[in-house]
Amino acid sequence: MVKGNEQIVLSRRRLDSRIIAGVCATAAVAALVGGAFAGLAASALGDLSGAYDAFDLYLFRVARFSLLQAGLSTLLAIAPAIFVARAIAQYPSFPGRSALLQLFAVPLALPAIVVALGVLALYGRAGLITALPGFDDPRSWSGIYGMRGILIAHVFFNMPLAVRLLLHALATVPGDHWRLSAQLGMSGWTVFRLIEWPAFRAALPGVAGLVFMLCITSFAIVLILGGGPRATTLEVAIYQSLRFDFDPARAIALTSVQIALTTASVMLLSRIGTPAHNHIHSIDQGHRYNRPGHADATLGVLLVGSATIFVAAPMAATVISGFHADFARLLGEPAVWRATATSLAFAAASAVLCTALSMGFVSARWSASRSGRPALSRTAWIFDAGASLVLVVPPIVIGAGWFILAGTAARISLLAPLLVIAVNAVMAMPFAIRALRPAHDTSASRHDRLCAQLAITGLNRFRLIDWPVMRQVLATAFVFAMALSLGDLGVIALFGSDSVQTLPYLILSRMGSYRTADAAGLALVLGAVCFLMMTLSGWIGQRESR
Amino acid sequence: MKQFENPKVPDLVLSDVRFSYGSEPMRFDLAVPGGTKLAITGPSGSGKTTLLNLVAGFEYPAGGHIFAGDTEITALPPHARPVSMIFQENNLFGHLTAVQNVILGVAPNMHPTPQQLAAAHQVLERTGLGGKEDRLPAQLSGGERQRVAIARALIRRRPYLLMDEPFASLGPGLREQMLDLLTRLHDETKITILFVTHHPGDIEMLADRFVFVSDGRIAHSGPAGELFSDKTGEKIQTYLGNRYGS
Repeated sequence: MVKGNEQIVLSRRRLDSRIIAGVCATAAVAALVGGAFAGLAASALGDLSGAYDAFDLYLFRVARFSLLQAGLSTLLAIAPAIFVARAIAQYPSFPGRSALLQLFAVPLALPAIVVALGVLALYGRAGLITALPGFDDPRSWSGIYGMRGILIAHVFFNMPLAVRLLLHALATVPGDHWRLSAQLGMSGWTVFRLIEWPAFRAALPGVAGLVFMLCITSFAIVLILGGGPRATTLEVAIYQSLRFDFDPARAIALTSVQIALTTASVMLLSRIGTPAHNHIHSIDQGHRYNRPGHADATLGVLLVGSATIFVAAPMAATVISGFHADFARLLGEPAVWRATATSLAFAAASAVLCTALSMGFVSARWSASRSGRPALSRTAWIFDAGASLVLVVPPIVIGAGWFILAGTAARISLLAPLLVIAVNAVMAMPFAIRALRPAHDTSASRHDRLCAQLAITGLNRFRLIDWPVMRQVLATAFVFAMALSLGDLGVIALFGSDSVQTLPYLILSRMGSYRTADAAGLALVLGAVCFLMMTLSGWIGQRESR
Repeated sequence: MKQFENPKVPDLVLSDVRFSYGSEPMRFDLAVPGGTKLAITGPSGSGKTTLLNLVAGFEYPAGGHIFAGDTEITALPPHARPVSMIFQENNLFGHLTAVQNVILGVAPNMHPTPQQLAAAHQVLERTGLGGKEDRLPAQLSGGERQRVAIARALIRRRPYLLMDEPFASLGPGLREQMLDLLTRLHDETKITILFVTHHPGDIEMLADRFVFVSDGRIAHSGPAGELFSDKTGEKIQTYLGNRYGS
C-alpha cells in the first residue's frame, strides 16, 4: 500500500506544467477543428438527401480539376528545378549567386494574393508582356485566366522552393565524391547519373509531396486566377457554395472530398518524409573540381537565366503596376486605414496566439518524451499531430464549418475576428514550431536538470532562463506568423464584410469592382510589408544562430 | 579510512534501488559513510551516471530506498535533496555571469540578500575566480567554468557533492589543479564527495574509497589503494589496462 501511494505522489509531481500547456494547446486546436466538424455534421444530418445529391458531376469535375492542377503544378515546378539546381550547384561561387538564392526565397515570403496580382499584371490581357515587340495585336492575347494562370502562379511559388530544397539535397553529397569524379575524369552526364541524380532521387518524393500539398490546398491563387467555373478547385468551390449560393449541402460534400484528398496526401507525405528546409539564405555547396563542358555550361546559363527572369518578372510587374495607383487618394480613404488597422490587429493577435500554442506543443512534446515514463512518452505524438492537424484540415474547411454553424450574417461577422485570428494562428504553427523546437530542445536539455536542482521553476524559470535564451527565436516565430497572417486571404474571404475587412480582403473587393489600379497599389504595399517582415524574421533567426 | 568520516554529514545509503527504464535492469546497494570521497568507476554504459542521477533525483527508482542518514529521500524532487551535482558540461547558464550563476544556488529568483551576494563573491574567491565574477561562461576557460560550478555547490552547503566526470574535458595540468582544489575544499568542509571517473589518476589523487560499477550493479567496493593491487580481480584489471593493473 505504502509503495502504491508513493508511486501516485511521484506521478503527480512529475506531470509538470509543460504537459498541461501542451494539453491546453491541443484542446484549443481540437475545439477549433471540432467546432467546424460539428457545424458540418449537424448541417449534413439535417439535410441528408441534399448532402447526398451534392455528390454530382460538378463535384467530380471540381475534384478532378483540383488534382489535375496540383499534379501539373508539381510537375512543372519540379522538372525545371532539377536542372536549375544542378546548374547552380556546378558553380559554387559566381558573382550574384547568393543574391540569386535570396531572390528564390522571396516568393515564399509573398502573400498569394499579391503574387496573383503580379502574375495578372504581367501576363494578363492588359499585362506588361503585351507591350513586348512580339505582340503586334494585344487584343489577340486571351490572357491567362484559367489553368494557365494557376500553373504560372504555382510554379512561381514552388519552382524556387524546389530549387532550394534540391540544392540542400546536393549539399549532402560528400566532398570526396566530387574529388573522385574529377580524378576519374567523369563526363557531365556520368556525374549526373552517378552522383547528382541519386542525391536528387532521395529528395524528390519529399519535395514533390510538399509542392503537391501546397498546390492542392491553394486558395487565393485559384480564386483570383481561375476566372470561372471551368477552373475551380475544391477549396474555391467550397467558398463559392457558401458565399454566393449559400448551399451548405454542397459545401459539406466538397469539404469531405477535400479532407479525403488532403488526408491521403498527408499520409503519403508522412511515409516519404518532408524535406528539411530552413531559412538559411546561403546554401554551402562543396567545392567542385571539374569544370562543366561548353554545351553543359551554356545550357546552365540559359536555364538559370530564364528561371531568374521567370521569378523576377512578376515581382517587377507588381512594383510597376503598383506605382500606377493613386496613393494620395488611397491614403485619404478611411476604408484603407480601417483595413490596415484591422489587418495589423488581427495579425498581431494571431502571432501571439500562434507563438503561445507552438510553445505549448513544443515544450509538452519535450516533456512527454523525456518523462522517463513509457505511458507518457507514447503520448508525445499527440503534440506533433495537434500541431500539424491544419495540414489535413485546410483553413477554408475550418472556416466553412464555422460559417455553417454561425448561420446568420450577424453572427458571421461577430465570429469573423475570432475565427480569422485563430485559423491564421493555427496555419502558421507548423512554421513557428520548426523555428522554436530546436532552440527549445537545446535549451531544455542544457537547463532542465540545473533548474530542477536549483529549484528555478515557474515564473522564475521563464524570467531568468527561458526568456533570455529563447527571446530571439520567439521573435523569429512571432514576426513570421504575423507576416503570414497579414497577407492571408483565406478565412477572411468567407467571413469578411464591409464591417470587417483586412487588407487582402479589401484588395479582393477592389478587384471585384474593377478598381484594378487600387488593388495593384494596395498589393504592392502589402507585398512590401510582408516581405520586409519575413526578411526581419529570417535576420533575427540568423543572428540567433550565430 | 575512518579519519575522513564527518559526524555532521549523515551516511548515504542506497538499499535495493532498482531502475530499468530504457536500459538494462540495474540494482544498487551502497552505503557511503559521511565525509567519504568515493570514486565511481567502470565501463561506459555500466550505470555510473544513473547511480548519481538516482541520488540527485534526476531519475526515480522503480523500487528500493535511498536514505540520507535517517531521512528517506527516494521520492524527493532534486532541489529538496541534500545534494549538489556537477555535470560533465553545461553546468552554467550561458547568458548569466559567473556570479549570477553562483547566486542562483541560493536565490532561485535572482534577488539575493546582501549577505548572499557577499557569500557568492567569497566562494568565487575561494575557488580561484576572484576578479572574474562578471564574466560570461563563454569568456571563461573550461576549467574556470567547472570552478564556477564548484563555487555554486559550495554556496548551497549541501552535504553531498556528486560529480559526473567533471574533468573529462580538461587537460592533465588543469585536471591536477582541480583535484587539488577539491582536496583542499574537502579538508575544509568534510562533505561527502561522489565522483564518476575513468581515470585511475583521479582516484589516486582524490578518492579514499572506490566502487566498480559493472552491468548495472556494484561489482566491487573497497579502499582507493586496493584498486591498484591485484586483489580486485580480472574484470577491473582488464578495465584499467596494463599500465595501472598489476
